[in-house]
Amino acid sequence: MLLNQFLLLGAILFAIGVYGVVARRNAVLVLMSIELILNSVNINLLAFALRNGGDPTGHTFALYVIAVAAAEVGVGLALVLLVYRNRRSIALDELSEMKG
Amino acid sequence: MHLLLSPMQQTDKLISPSVNWGSLTPLLVLLGAGLVLLVGAALSARGWAKGLYATLTAAAAVAAGVLQFVLWNSTVHHGPKSLVGEALVVDGPSLFIGISICAALLLAALVTDDYLRREDIDSPEVYGLYLMAALGGLVMAASNDLIVLFLGLEVLSIALYVLAASHRKRIESQEAGLKYFILGGFSSAFFLYGVALVYGATGTTRLRGPESIKTALALTVETDKHRALLVVGVALLLVGLAFKVAAVPFHSWTPDVYQGAPTPVTGFMASAAKAAAFGALLRSVVLSMPELRDDWRPAIWVLAILTLVIGSTLAVVQTNVKRMLAYSSISHAGFILVGIEAAAHGGESGDRGIASVLFYVLTYAVLVSGTFAVSTLVGRSGDGAHGLDSYRGLGRQRPVLALALAVFLLAQAGVPLTSGFVAKFSVITAAADASSYAIAIIAMLAAVIGAFLYLRIIVSMFLEDGDAEGERVSIPFGTGAAIGISVAFTLVVGFFPGWLLELARDAATRLY
Amino acid sequence: MPTDFSSFLRGWLTVAIFGTLGLLLAGLLLGLSALVRPKRPTVEKSMAYESGVDPVGDGWSQSQIRYYIFALLFVMFDVEAVFIFPWATQLERYAGFGLVEMGVFVFVLLLGLVYAWRKGVLRWV
Repeated sequence: MLLNQFLLLGAILFAIGVYGVVARRNAVLVLMSIELILNSVNINLLAFALRNGGDPTGHTFALYVIAVAAAEVGVGLALVLLVYRNRRSIALDELSEMKG
Repeated sequence: MHLLLSPMQQTDKLISPSVNWGSLTPLLVLLGAGLVLLVGAALSARGWAKGLYATLTAAAAVAAGVLQFVLWNSTVHHGPKSLVGEALVVDGPSLFIGISICAALLLAALVTDDYLRREDIDSPEVYGLYLMAALGGLVMAASNDLIVLFLGLEVLSIALYVLAASHRKRIESQEAGLKYFILGGFSSAFFLYGVALVYGATGTTRLRGPESIKTALALTVETDKHRALLVVGVALLLVGLAFKVAAVPFHSWTPDVYQGAPTPVTGFMASAAKAAAFGALLRSVVLSMPELRDDWRPAIWVLAILTLVIGSTLAVVQTNVKRMLAYSSISHAGFILVGIEAAAHGGESGDRGIASVLFYVLTYAVLVSGTFAVSTLVGRSGDGAHGLDSYRGLGRQRPVLALALAVFLLAQAGVPLTSGFVAKFSVITAAADASSYAIAIIAMLAAVIGAFLYLRIIVSMFLEDGDAEGERVSIPFGTGAAIGISVAFTLVVGFFPGWLLELARDAATRLY
Repeated sequence: MPTDFSSFLRGWLTVAIFGTLGLLLAGLLLGLSALVRPKRPTVEKSMAYESGVDPVGDGWSQSQIRYYIFALLFVMFDVEAVFIFPWATQLERYAGFGLVEMGVFVFVLLLGLVYAWRKGVLRWV
């Protein structure tokens, strides 16, 4: 059983995703990094489901995560587009209308 | 091996889970109203009459609230029960928080109607999103399964991202939406990774009841094997939920988003979203993982203290009232976390902790909705006048409005004879009962520091001279009604807190 | 575990050998031809090949934003298929209950489509 390898892959993808969110300033790339984290979760869920003898809970959960991720991307891209239309830039560190 | 994809060896019929439609009605009402609103408004050629969207939303909120009262009665007589095959539950805490969310939805609908007219935005989508967000919140508060909890969380959050960006003419609003989306999506991802690890360690996502995480944790043999996995999973769950309730050090999005979002939406965020997130925290960690308490209780303790101290002190240096209220909502989250910490002790003092959390969540939801309703009016057209100087002289210009805001602010500060005082008092006594004296003392100090902030606004309203220029603040009917309801509730609960305290205590003991 | 592990590694060894061989072979052929062939570059030769027509713009042009909405609609419906597949594989087990559930699911999706249609999203602009 290759559980550890799957979990390792999941952890690496998670770490790459977190790095991407923290280090990137392009909003679309940050969005992609978040998707990467969600997919690392899917790998974990499927690996655990397999370990539990094909437990349907894990499979079902992964399907829901895919659907939610799609919804999130839809809303996220729309927001990015809205900001781009007004500012001609999607760099996150240039969002500075508000300071406190 | 793969149950989902296995060939059809068995053609035996699946036994469908018992759905229990009657207890599902509050959710169905909100969902139905949301769908009718969105599709109906899109299908009609010229849009509906003004005010109809808000009326439908408010009616749905009231109906869902009344249905939950009916369910409350049946829980008293027949005990709590589970729905849709144990995925959701109807019990004391879920109904109490559900009613808080419906109250917040009602107040938000009343305020938003006038706001959209003033800003000249014609948008049934805003109300549809409010209804969906409330639905997500109700699902979160009632979930008995981490999958369902996650779905509720996402429905609530995605609706709120769009709501925050819904003022298309204000660039701050769009920025707030994007910021909220990035950080919210990030925190949801953390939460989800935590759920996956907990599932890996326990083999289930069900929270309570037979074959659940709670029972799996009680079998120490099983959990010791996967202890590391479990502890990391719970830590990530806490990070994700701490983002949603805006606890320090996961609060950095709050001031910007609260300032940038349309003011009625900010009120809804501070009331409904916070109530739902605390409900989820109660369900997923406090009530389902008591065996792991020694691992996660210190984390709650640290979160509570940081949130109290940083929320109250940073609020004092702000000059924008919406930012001040954002920090004040952070410090209120700290007070609720004090109650959660008390609830974490379990036993009788734990029950008292849960009751104090429920009481605080309801009173704060009404209080903060009222506060932001006043702030919506003072913002004037354009929703931009939120500096402290915009409140100068409000006491002379609009004495009743200023008096209402003074009541809300005094209640937030925890002055006696208001609901805020009773809430703070019950949280702190719950902490003292659970012998968390350090945290109780810090909470009292934070309340004193926080009072400066509220007094600053009040002084500016009544004692400083108003600037003659600038639009006169108008008070439309819907917003006025919302403010009136909130003031009445705040004072009635302040003078006669007994019945509501009794109700909260009752709810805390009626667990599924 | 150790035997399992080594067989796991051995499986990957094959991949590694084939990968290295493939890279070597391709490198050898390309390198050899680069050494042998004559080099007389002209403007026409270095142009990108677009089925014989002169290329317009450069290779990094941005795609039109109006495709975004179609990409999004595609993703949505594609993802909904994720829920229909498991249902379809177990059609007989879910029986009437499953049919009704799927009917409700598709109905709500249709409402979304109706909304998009009325908002003019489906019209080509």
